[in-house]
Amino acid sequence: MGAVDLTQFHKTFFEESLEGLDAMETALLALDSGSTDHELVHTIFRAAHSIKGGAATFGFADVAAFTHVAESLLEEVRSERRAVDGALIDLLLRSVDCLRAMLARSSSGQPAADAGSETLRGELLRLVSGEAAAAPGAAAPQAAAVDGWDIRFVALPHLLQTGNDPLRLFRELEQLGRLEVRRAFVLDSAPARLAELDPSQCHLGWELRLHGAIARGDVDAVFDWLDGDCELAIEALSGQARAAAAQPAPAAAPPAVAPASATAPAAPPAREATASATASAEASSIRVGIDKVDALINMMGELVITQSMLSDIGEHFDFTKLERLREGLAQLERNTRELQESVMRIRMLPIGSVFNRFPRLVRDLERKLGKQVRLELHGEHTELDKTVLEKIGDPLVHLVRNAIDHGLETPEKRRAAGKPDAGTLTLDAHHEGGNIIVRISDDGAGLNRAAIVGKAVERGLVQPGQQLSDEEVAELIFAPGFSTAAQATDLSGRGVGMDVVRRNVRDLGGSVGVKSEAGKGSVFTIALPLTLAIIDGLVTAVGEERYIVPLTSIVESLRLGAEAVRRIAGGGEVFQFRGDYLPLMRLHRAFACAGAITEVERGIVVVIEDDGRRVGLLVDDLLGQQQAVIKSLEKHYQRVQGVSGATILSDGSVALIVDVGGVVRLGQRSKAA
Amino acid sequence: MAKILAVDDSVSMRGMVAFTLRGAGHEVAEAENGQLALDVARGSSFDLVLADVNMPVMDGIAMVRELRAMDAYKGVPILMLTTESHTEKKMEGKAAGATGWLVKPFDPEQLLATVKRVLG
Repeated sequence: MGAVDLTQFHKTFFEESLEGLDAMETALLALDSGSTDHELVHTIFRAAHSIKGGAATFGFADVAAFTHVAESLLEEVRSERRAVDGALIDLLLRSVDCLRAMLARSSSGQPAADAGSETLRGELLRLVSGEAAAAPGAAAPQAAAVDGWDIRFVALPHLLQTGNDPLRLFRELEQLGRLEVRRAFVLDSAPARLAELDPSQCHLGWELRLHGAIARGDVDAVFDWLDGDCELAIEALSGQARAAAAQPAPAAAPPAVAPASATAPAAPPAREATASATASAEASSIRVGIDKVDALINMMGELVITQSMLSDIGEHFDFTKLERLREGLAQLERNTRELQESVMRIRMLPIGSVFNRFPRLVRDLERKLGKQVRLELHGEHTELDKTVLEKIGDPLVHLVRNAIDHGLETPEKRRAAGKPDAGTLTLDAHHEGGNIIVRISDDGAGLNRAAIVGKAVERGLVQPGQQLSDEEVAELIFAPGFSTAAQATDLSGRGVGMDVVRRNVRDLGGSVGVKSEAGKGSVFTIALPLTLAIIDGLVTAVGEERYIVPLTSIVESLRLGAEAVRRIAGGGEVFQFRGDYLPLMRLHRAFACAGAITEVERGIVVVIEDDGRRVGLLVDDLLGQQQAVIKSLEKHYQRVQGVSGATILSDGSVALIVDVGGVVRLGQRSKAA
Repeated sequence: MAKILAVDDSVSMRGMVAFTLRGAGHEVAEAENGQLALDVARGSSFDLVLADVNMPVMDGIAMVRELRAMDAYKGVPILMLTTESHTEKKMEGKAAGATGWLVKPFDPEQLLATVKRVLG
């Protein structure tokens, strides 16, 4: 039996430990807000307990040691030996943060403990009453150089009912040395008549002699599980035991060596573990509810029925069956669409997992800023594509920070404005058409028009005295490099401005906007696509090749006369579009396609936009709109500049998907050159 | 080769136990809490049950009590997977009818040795 490689379970361990910490945090916050539900304490305890057990099993000793202390503290809470107060919750919340960091370090192969975690562990340790210095269980081994043991073993009637078997015990004892059964006897508790004997009851006793220089501990270990199930007397074989006591040194030596040699081989696997943990950090997994898998299997079943129906029609086809064929194809289309939806649903996860971060964040911000916030969450069950979900967290955190930092007023100011002391911050997610809408609204002061305009003038974004609509003012906060004076607080000053929020959301194919009313509050609205795996695209022809341009990035398609194109210094070409000069990019040249139209007036120019910058693409023709399932080019071939992926068209040929951001950057560079 | 039921709410622990046992040629069924384990146990028969103590929905100790009340599981060995810090849990498990325990953390070799010890 070769060594079992445990590293394959590390990723699962990290994932479920992080989930456990999330659950702990949620439960701690619920306790903090006054809930007395005892199940919350159990949840917290269970999470800590599981993390400890897993960490110890998978060799993350630092994590196990830290969790052990936290667990001891929680055990006191669970057994109601310690009351829950704000200070304790603070300490435990800090422990949750600390464990998150420790797990992150472990998963990237670094030592989990650092000065911070050790300090916190010390704090926990001091609080735990009567912690017996986490005795590493090394009870002083008894000197046991004896010649054997006399064992009197009397089973209690219920012994068999615990799944224990005297025969098994004897076999185990035989492993230790020669076993001699000196006497076996029936107890008085046995019924007088055989017919009355209950086979699940045991009424037997034995006198055994075990020969050999066997440690007492080894004998005890055999009967370890039988505490309370038998009467047991173990005595060293008389005479020799006294002789053994005279020279305890040789007996003590082996146990002293054993722990040392046990830790030595543990080191190399730990190093291996780090290597594979780093590797697995990239590949992520997804947990799928069984209902979704069932739906998929169900759908698959329908598809098989349709397929067999169609092949039945095809086998003996004549034109009287045309109508049935048509019906069958319609059914196939329906099946395919449903199957597609079911498959996509597998990647969908509830936004609640992101929303759950906010009670904690809001609590911390309240304390830091001296504000009172009532957080409302709606639509936590709304599902988003996993990739979108992972990337939307940071922008949302930024918007929530902003809303509390800049939007909501202090209790004094609110009182003066006739509002309740506590501001309300609402996070809401719901479906709207093919999009997910996430709304962050507050009932604070609203955008500060004067401050925003002032800053914009200072930054040269607008002219002094320029007339601006409310929408235009709101747009200013998303301008690159814009930040208001209030950003001096340490909360928002992380090099992330609203422009970064907008860029992150746009990278996900979404949009973000804000509506605000002075004195009433602001509403930030993020619209996100349901999935990143499929895009709506415009199929264009360039020579023999097909390129797909994402529909959301297209501003307009137009025909240009030859005279509309100007050549500029450096070799680039530009054309006038709505009063602006845009770079013209000949796709056939950029992608080296043979047989393409080279005269501008015979082709079509597609104007695309990314992050406010526009470029015109020259293509031969527009072939139509199509949903494209994005396939990674990097995975199958390699990264190609200006191409974000590939897809398969309905005729089976491969088309490349234009990377709008990349192409626009290329175009802008050629204009600048 | 034996049929073994592994019960643990931790996917990694359960995975490790199941993987190790399967590697040794045993047939393993899994359940993530005591309640689900009872459902599995009712629909099948096992030579050995390994169960965590702390689990949501139904913990390991309640599960042992329920299993022992079923005729088919009166004498089947049931081992609790427990941590050292909870000696009283061992006794609680014993009182419920558990055969013995395996102390966490354990490595695959210790697990196999213990299973061998029970199954003979």
